[in-house]
Amino acid sequence: MRYWTTRRRDVLTGYLFIAPQLAGVLLFVLIPVGLAIWYSLNKWNVFTGKQVFVGADHYAALASDPQLPKVLLATVVFSGGVVVLNITLGLLIAVLLNRRFRGATFFRTLFFSPVVVSVVAWTLVWGFLLQDNGGINGLLHAIGVDGPNWLQHGDTAMLSVIVSQVVRSVGVNMVLFLAALQGVPSELYEAARIDGAHSRSIFTRITLPLISPTVLLTAIITVVGALQSFAQIAVLTGGGPELSTTVLVYYVFQQAFEFNDIGYGSTLALMLLSFVMVLTLLQWQLRRKWVFHEQ
Amino acid sequence: MITARKLLGALALTTAATLTAACGASDTGAEGSKATDVKLRMTVWTSNEDQLKLFNAIGDAYRADHPAVSSITFESLPFADYNTTLTTQIAGGNAPDLAWMGDLSKDLMASDALVGLTDKLKATDGWQYDDLVDSATKEFSRDGKLYAYPFSNSPFALYVNTDLLAKAGQKIDPKTLTWDQVAAAGAAVHAKTGKAGFVVRDFDYKSWNTLATVWTGFGGSAWSADGKTCTFDSPEMQRAFTFLHDAAFKTSAMPGPGTKADFFAGDAAFTVAQVSRASLLTGSFKFGLYPLPAGPSGKYAVLGQAGVGVLAASKHPDQATDFLAYLTNPANAAKLAQFFPPPRKSLLTGAKLAENNKKLTAAQLQEVVVDQLPNAVTLPNHTSPAEIAQKGKTALDALWKADADIPAVLKSVCTAIDPILAK
Repeated sequence: MRYWTTRRRDVLTGYLFIAPQLAGVLLFVLIPVGLAIWYSLNKWNVFTGKQVFVGADHYAALASDPQLPKVLLATVVFSGGVVVLNITLGLLIAVLLNRRFRGATFFRTLFFSPVVVSVVAWTLVWGFLLQDNGGINGLLHAIGVDGPNWLQHGDTAMLSVIVSQVVRSVGVNMVLFLAALQGVPSELYEAARIDGAHSRSIFTRITLPLISPTVLLTAIITVVGALQSFAQIAVLTGGGPELSTTVLVYYVFQQAFEFNDIGYGSTLALMLLSFVMVLTLLQWQLRRKWVFHEQ
Repeated sequence: MITARKLLGALALTTAATLTAACGASDTGAEGSKATDVKLRMTVWTSNEDQLKLFNAIGDAYRADHPAVSSITFESLPFADYNTTLTTQIAGGNAPDLAWMGDLSKDLMASDALVGLTDKLKATDGWQYDDLVDSATKEFSRDGKLYAYPFSNSPFALYVNTDLLAKAGQKIDPKTLTWDQVAAAGAAVHAKTGKAGFVVRDFDYKSWNTLATVWTGFGGSAWSADGKTCTFDSPEMQRAFTFLHDAAFKTSAMPGPGTKADFFAGDAAFTVAQVSRASLLTGSFKFGLYPLPAGPSGKYAVLGQAGVGVLAASKHPDQATDFLAYLTNPANAAKLAQFFPPPRKSLLTGAKLAENNKKLTAAQLQEVVVDQLPNAVTLPNHTSPAEIAQKGKTALDALWKADADIPAVLKSVCTAIDPILAK
């Protein structure tokens, strides 16, 4: 009997097609995660390359790290702010720009353009705008308002980081929502209007359910993106003042690469990974309750 | 149906193919590297073309006499990320052979990650080890052995924008200048012109170690001489930080947090900066350059240093050490002196330094470099510098508010950094 049957050839072809993706996952996800787990169990002197197995010491250190509660709080505030503002503003702008009016294309381009700007360049410009004698306070001064020292106080520093991040990235969600809105069949709107439905009812009972798969997608993307935001924090505030803007991913970088504690940094990175996984799975499971799939 | 076994088989196949490709690439590199084909790499944080040109010229001259060394590369890394990039290279098995170093030197020495240089330098004909100034070698030595050559020893000095002072009707006497006088003149300039008074360059309410250029004059220090106990909460430091706090929040002699003012762009009356920063002067205003003003505890000098050492992880430590001895021999040290104040007594005269310095006169260089070096202290340097810097900054952030409780904040700095000092 021939070994290379048609079925086996088809199976091999399939594997070859997915091989590049598998290689990527293996090299850039599975192996790094495996290494992070190994590093989290070791104390590594980066200058000499010596590693000493310390077991669960780094995991125990998580519980006694006095900075970690503040870091987690900053992570929740930052991610929560970014996710809520990004999705609501993205949807609002998309709904407004989905109408036909003169200049709609210009405004779509305007809102999307920050996405293509380098994040570091974008944040540097915001840093100049937000300094005490910067552009934003200059504008406020012109209308008789004394602006705060945005980046020097915990609350305003966090607000500044969130706003700069949202303004830069809201265009992505806007484009996704626009695409979803344009996929809603117009006859449904016409039927609703003939039945006397108000705009609000049309939006909540027709638009939202039909674009709910996109809302799920943007929610997952935005949550993961917010938890991974690094450059904005590093460039704009350096995690300060005090620890008010030190989010988990920045803390991972500090521990691993600035303090050269790769073991503890890896432990924190695994904690971040577990947060991302849990939140993503949670959203995926909850989709059954609110995501509408047309049969 | 795809079974788990088949999926694993595919994964194994993919891994094998990838690893084969990776090993293939690695082999190619190994073949090109013969025992006599030594390639040296030195990381630097300068990207100044003239400085790199000089390094390359010295490297080329060395290679002409040492055919076994096929290349010497000077790799510019951004200053802001220099330590992080260097340690990542070392941790990743891609350590350079030689490296510039600043505050990372303590960690590298404590980890035995540097090659001892003393024996080699002393044994090199004509190197003249005794020519080195003791205050310059201190930071890079352990147990009497030198681990990095202190090629750059740039004291901090006070730059004065005399045009701005004149505009505000202020006069200073550099011979008897004190910090209180600088603050008074700075506040007057700010009130009259709207420009900043005095700026401690690179401090920016983050890099607090640069404030040693002020607190040393008040008799303060960040930690005890043995480096084991924090002294931020000492009366001297309280006095120094009260002076700085008043300057920022009461008299406006110093720009407050979040306000940018670049002396070299003409935005401030005074700045404390290293002498090597004179290259930033563009001639757009008249300036004076003087030693640091006296504090309550008298005159003092503070030094910013950079050293160059050979990493123990180098693939060619012997050749790298030999090249370092050549790079820093008297002839090449004289060439390097045009950019970096040298550690050699024989080169330390105002006249010699002025030969290659277009911005400063021999008298200025004599006063702000040569006369300051013998008694200068360095900026705070300790093992785990980044962790100390970050923990200290986090605690000090609370100080930069108008209503700060200065003694309490300084005590909190010690609470934050004492455990790291005790490691």
